[in-house]
Amino acid sequence: MANQSPNKPLLEVKNLRIEFPTRRGTLTAVDDISFDIMPGEVLGVVGESGAGKSLTGAAVIGLLEPPGRIAAGTISLDGRRIDNLPYEEMRKIRGRKIGAIFQDPLTSLNPLYSVGRQLVETIQTHTDMTDSQARRRAIELLSDVGIPAPERRVEQYPHQFSGGMRQRVVIALALCAEPDLIIADEPTTALDVSIQAQIIALIKRLCRDNGTAVMLVTHDMGVIAETADRVAVMYAGRIAEIGPVRDVIKQAKHPYTHGLMGSIPTIGHDIEKLTQIDGSMPRLTDIPAGCAFNPRCPRAFDKCYVDRPERIAVEKTEVACWLYEKEAVHG
Amino acid sequence: MFAFIIRRLLQSLIVMMAVAFISFSLFNFVGDPVNNMLGQEATEEQREALRQDLGLNDPFPVQFAAFLGNAVQGDFGVSYRLSRPVSDVLATRLPATLELVFVAAVLALVIGLPLGVYTGLHRHGFGSKVLLTLSLIGISLPTFLIGIVLILIFAVWLGWLPSFGRGDTVQIGWWTTNFLTVSGWKSIIMPAVTLCLFQLTLIMRLVRAEMMEVLRTDYIKFARARGLSNRAVHFGHALKNTMVPVITITGLQIGSLIAFAIITETVFQWPGMGLLFLQAIQFADIPVMAAYLCLVAFIFVVINLMVDLLYYAVDPRLRVERSGGGH
Amino acid sequence: MTDSTNDIIVTRSLWFRFSDGTRRFFDGDVFYSFKRSPVIMVAFFVTVTYFLLAFLAPWVAPHNTYDVITLNLMDAFKPPAWEAGGDPSYPLGTDDQGRDVLSTIMFGARVSLTVGFLSVLLAMVMGIVLGMVAGYVGGKTDAIIMRIADVQLSFPAILIVLLIDGFTRSVLPRGAHEDLALVVLVLSIGFANWVQFARTVRGSCLVEKNKEYVQAARVIGLHPALIMLRHVLPNVMSPVLVIATISLAIAILTEATLSFLGVGVPPTQPSLGTLIRIGNDFLFSGEWWMTIFPGAALVILVLAVNLLGDWLRDALNPKLR
Repeated sequence: MANQSPNKPLLEVKNLRIEFPTRRGTLTAVDDISFDIMPGEVLGVVGESGAGKSLTGAAVIGLLEPPGRIAAGTISLDGRRIDNLPYEEMRKIRGRKIGAIFQDPLTSLNPLYSVGRQLVETIQTHTDMTDSQARRRAIELLSDVGIPAPERRVEQYPHQFSGGMRQRVVIALALCAEPDLIIADEPTTALDVSIQAQIIALIKRLCRDNGTAVMLVTHDMGVIAETADRVAVMYAGRIAEIGPVRDVIKQAKHPYTHGLMGSIPTIGHDIEKLTQIDGSMPRLTDIPAGCAFNPRCPRAFDKCYVDRPERIAVEKTEVACWLYEKEAVHG
Repeated sequence: MFAFIIRRLLQSLIVMMAVAFISFSLFNFVGDPVNNMLGQEATEEQREALRQDLGLNDPFPVQFAAFLGNAVQGDFGVSYRLSRPVSDVLATRLPATLELVFVAAVLALVIGLPLGVYTGLHRHGFGSKVLLTLSLIGISLPTFLIGIVLILIFAVWLGWLPSFGRGDTVQIGWWTTNFLTVSGWKSIIMPAVTLCLFQLTLIMRLVRAEMMEVLRTDYIKFARARGLSNRAVHFGHALKNTMVPVITITGLQIGSLIAFAIITETVFQWPGMGLLFLQAIQFADIPVMAAYLCLVAFIFVVINLMVDLLYYAVDPRLRVERSGGGH
Repeated sequence: MTDSTNDIIVTRSLWFRFSDGTRRFFDGDVFYSFKRSPVIMVAFFVTVTYFLLAFLAPWVAPHNTYDVITLNLMDAFKPPAWEAGGDPSYPLGTDDQGRDVLSTIMFGARVSLTVGFLSVLLAMVMGIVLGMVAGYVGGKTDAIIMRIADVQLSFPAILIVLLIDGFTRSVLPRGAHEDLALVVLVLSIGFANWVQFARTVRGSCLVEKNKEYVQAARVIGLHPALIMLRHVLPNVMSPVLVIATISLAIAILTEATLSFLGVGVPPTQPSLGTLIRIGNDFLFSGEWWMTIFPGAALVILVLAVNLLGDWLRDALNPKLR
């Protein structure tokens, strides 16, 4: 994992476009997005449901479900293109180089096989371990993810685990082959609030210890604030703003990000009222011309309805909003 | 697990009792057994004597109990049509039907399962579309017509296979078998193919539908994300999860095979229970009908129990917890 | 507002819901996939043609096969018109009694379709009513109805039909059974197929039961059962139609099977199955047309209906597409 220079990105996504052909025309679910993830870095991807964040994750790991397909752009891992690999090649990367954690731990595990069997099978897919070695490793992994009495639990079936414990098993499965990158798609959404923090802390600790990079997909800005190094805010299939998490939270540039931040309750600012963004995200069938956010934007002006904004670097973040072009020109 | 089996056994017992009751009602309320046995010319004394003999003057529950007692010992009285004990008649017919059903079930599973898996995995492939169309034709072909066409081609035109009967059979104890002679095998091919075709298409379509359903689940997606090979995902994970509903339906379908054997046996004049039952219906031969009904119900119940146990072996969620985990 | 105006308003809005459901049913999706599939259009055309020919058989059939006077035994066993010895006035040949095979097929399809259609109607009404009662009343009633359904479902329909048929045969005097054969057939096939309908309707009922509008209707004094009827019906229309279509194919096959076995319709009113049975007796002597043509007619009809059912199920269930 640590054999690449720290300045070269681990994952590079360039101008990625994901389309769904339907009989009423082609829907563009993810439209021309680009981002990098550095080795060991945690990138939060935040947005409403339908913003395209999960699809981006699925595209990275090569598991877009048909009829969805990558229509344009490239995805590279360690400088090697992986978006156009044959299935068998990509399969070897999955689990080995890129791991995944999905939203619902209750349905992520095959109910008919014991936890141990699923771990052993994954370990043996990616390594040459013997049965007993793989079993020892499985127990070790369970212990790493904080499951008590792993020697006993390894024999048990998923239905014998609670939701939080199952998500720990899922994390253990994702870490089996010590991948360089983990795609965590809403890893805590399906869990009890009390357990969410534990799981997030676990992911954070394990990845820091192993130097694993994480693409953390969530709609929960709180989780991002706590975990991520950088954050990408997605809206209607596009990246509205991307930058270090501190800057994006403290000084949100894009009016949408601003609205998102406004809707997080914070302790200590009890005088401020929670704000709310009016309206809802447009459906993929009727994304407006110009900036996709224009119908809901309190600061939209003429140009926003005509031209699509490119990403512009403003301080440490990049933002796709015409407001800042104006500033750049006039200020 | 023990409690589960006991509960299942109790349920089976209730079903058996219900079927026995229907059979008994057939006996008692349909036609007059005395008339049936003595004919119209008998005197009133003879009738009364037989009534007393048969226990027809006893109160209803006593009669039902007597019927049950006899039925458990395999005594269903005497066939009106054949004037022989029903149990003897059934015993000579049972092996023919069971062997036919066995061969058909094996054929249906051995062919239907792989085809279902194939069409489920390659659901947009050309081969799948052809197979699916063929299966729809298979479902639309009535069993008897398949039999007739097979006879027309392989018996009448080509003369390769016999058109009726079991051929030469070998007697082992009271059981007669087709499997030990060439002519026995030749005779069973066409009836078995005829009988299995419908079930084959059914199993294929079912496995396909289940496979497609399972392939959409999160744990399959997650298994792929873990980098497991296609083989492991398809045959290790997907297929095993497909098995639970497939076992149920296959179990039910074996019952269906026994019922459809009535038709196949008629077309091929196969000397089994189905042919016997059909003749019993046409002649209102109540004892045979009742016995057949009870026997078939018994076979169903046994199959259902076996299905439950198989379930239990496949699905760990059904194994009752004793040492509770972290719930 | 008075009670009656309330009633009118509620009823009207319910009617809109209903017609909305109907419209949704023939929504673009279904029609679109219909237009796109030539096979389905052919299947639809074939089915409609069968219904028309069967319905109009007395007027369009070349010969009236029920009219004994026109039959001439001299015409018996004529092969199809294109074979040596064929007669152009009997395009598909004649049977053992000199009846025109083409005409017997038309009249036979008439019997087959009538029995099939009526028995599905019976199964549908029975299933909807029992399913609603089970779903709406719940509790013990539900448990009893569904347990019966489960047990019945585990027994093959053909066995149940045979039993009912055998039972009535034993109860009714011989002559009466002949006259009532069609009724008995419709009743027994219908009775054997209600379970699927009941299960679907019950499921939908359970979902609707706790919805607000049912509770709301209760508040304004409408009988909840009435509300349920008007809401559940449009909701289950799609699955019920799919089941009905597939059941029609099954019912036609069941009738043909019974008639082939000789326990179905009386020989005086032959259905397609009866024709095949009669033809089967002459298979070995080479008069294949007496079996093959009615057989083909039966298979084409059932295949067309099955294709329609299959397509409807996929078209109305976008998940599987």
